[in-house]
Amino acid sequence: MGDWEVAEELVQEAAVSALEHWPRDGVPRNPGAWLMTAARRRAIDTLRRDARFRDRLSVLAEEANGMERPIATGGPLEADDRLRLIFTCCHPALSREAQVALTLRTVLGIETPAVARAFLVPEATIAQRLVRAKRKIRDAGIPYRVPEGSELPERLEQVLAVLYLVFNEGYLASGGEVVERRALAADAEWLTSLVVRLMPDEGEPLGLLGLMRLHLARAEARFGPDGSLILLPQQDRSRWDREAIAAAEELVERAGRMGRRGPYQLQAAIVAAHATSPSYAATDWARIVALYDELLEVQPMAVVALNRAVALAEYQGPGAALAAIEPLTGRLDGYHLFHATRGELLRRLGRAEEARAADQRALSLTENPGERRILEERLAASRGDPRPRS
Amino acid sequence: MKYMVMIAGNDEAWDRLSEGEQRASFERVRAWWDEHSAAGEIVEGYQLQPVSTATTVRQGPRGDVTVTDGPFIEAKETVGGYGILELPDLDAAIRLVSSWPGTYQTFEIRPVVER
Repeated sequence: MGDWEVAEELVQEAAVSALEHWPRDGVPRNPGAWLMTAARRRAIDTLRRDARFRDRLSVLAEEANGMERPIATGGPLEADDRLRLIFTCCHPALSREAQVALTLRTVLGIETPAVARAFLVPEATIAQRLVRAKRKIRDAGIPYRVPEGSELPERLEQVLAVLYLVFNEGYLASGGEVVERRALAADAEWLTSLVVRLMPDEGEPLGLLGLMRLHLARAEARFGPDGSLILLPQQDRSRWDREAIAAAEELVERAGRMGRRGPYQLQAAIVAAHATSPSYAATDWARIVALYDELLEVQPMAVVALNRAVALAEYQGPGAALAAIEPLTGRLDGYHLFHATRGELLRRLGRAEEARAADQRALSLTENPGERRILEERLAASRGDPRPRS
Repeated sequence: MKYMVMIAGNDEAWDRLSEGEQRASFERVRAWWDEHSAAGEIVEGYQLQPVSTATTVRQGPRGDVTVTDGPFIEAKETVGGYGILELPDLDAAIRLVSSWPGTYQTFEIRPVVER
């Protein structure tokens, strides 16, 4: 569609113009008003790498976040255009991979090679994915607009799913290119806050933003000094950012007052219950299990049932949890965390042999170095060996 | 934009309906089709005879021709009809087919090459 191509052109132009003018003229007083999302992100990325501009960056970020509603001043693209762009990129007629690649490239302005590195996919694959997706947008007549009425909930769900996927890709990164991938989490959080500002009456974007911020507030404690993953019971809670947690919890509560709670709000409520507990032992497991029950009603997925079982193990013991996950075997057999959870429950029940088999299976199913290390440690401990080579 | 929508149904599921249910479904679809044709959204289209009446003709590289009984793809869902739509964009097409009032179906929407 013409509009789409024009929007895309303007994104690139705005970015180039910002890069040329800001270092020379300084950051404009209200950059958000005239600058498109992608342009600003790209400019910020460039500024990020340049220590000389660090102060400007914080001013820019503050202005961007403090802005209630971007004021249109006749710039090339306005707030509504940004929102339209996001919905076009995340149209359900595009595959999830294409949605993600398009959002990163077009809405966030991340260069194709960086997108490829973030998803550990060859650059040519991403480039081809982008070409195909853009061609489909044009040839199939995918509109450049924000859906309305009964279409909105399903379409918004697509947008939020893409944002959360990008967030997790960055937040859970532990392999190579960690720094670059961590930036993805910040990008996704930023874009979510933008959706929240542009759709102030929707509860789910607010819930997702709260969820992301609850994760980020505890990110420090999630990884050891060597980058290894630290599980929730072992995390040093004094390293959690209490202020950020309280602010995020506030968002989740605000979303909850908007009506029926959707999946992101419920996930955020679960994470908030963990984040506000003084210790692992003091966790309110009854409340968490109840929230999972509510989540299962709106999102009847095997993975949710698995997470519920983890909470159930603390609440009613490993036996009850094991009984709850056995029916999921058929659906989750290819999922490493299913086997890792099963292994942990079996070990607590004293069934060491079966526990080892489950951990072995989990290990064969994940490439994530942090997760692999934890599983290898478990297996070594169960054999009475010292720590395996790292 | 011009789209073709292929309407695929499950013949077995359809056969399980009572005659009364089949007739009621036809009536709803007829009224729906007429309404959207009158609005210019459905340009043309037909319901097809069941897939058991299909004949496949395959041309070989040397102009040889093989004729066989049945559709060219064996599948649970088979094309039972098609329509040519004239609508502003894909969302409008999705909206239109989503409002299909007959028994549940699967729709494939393809833009038409317009030269």
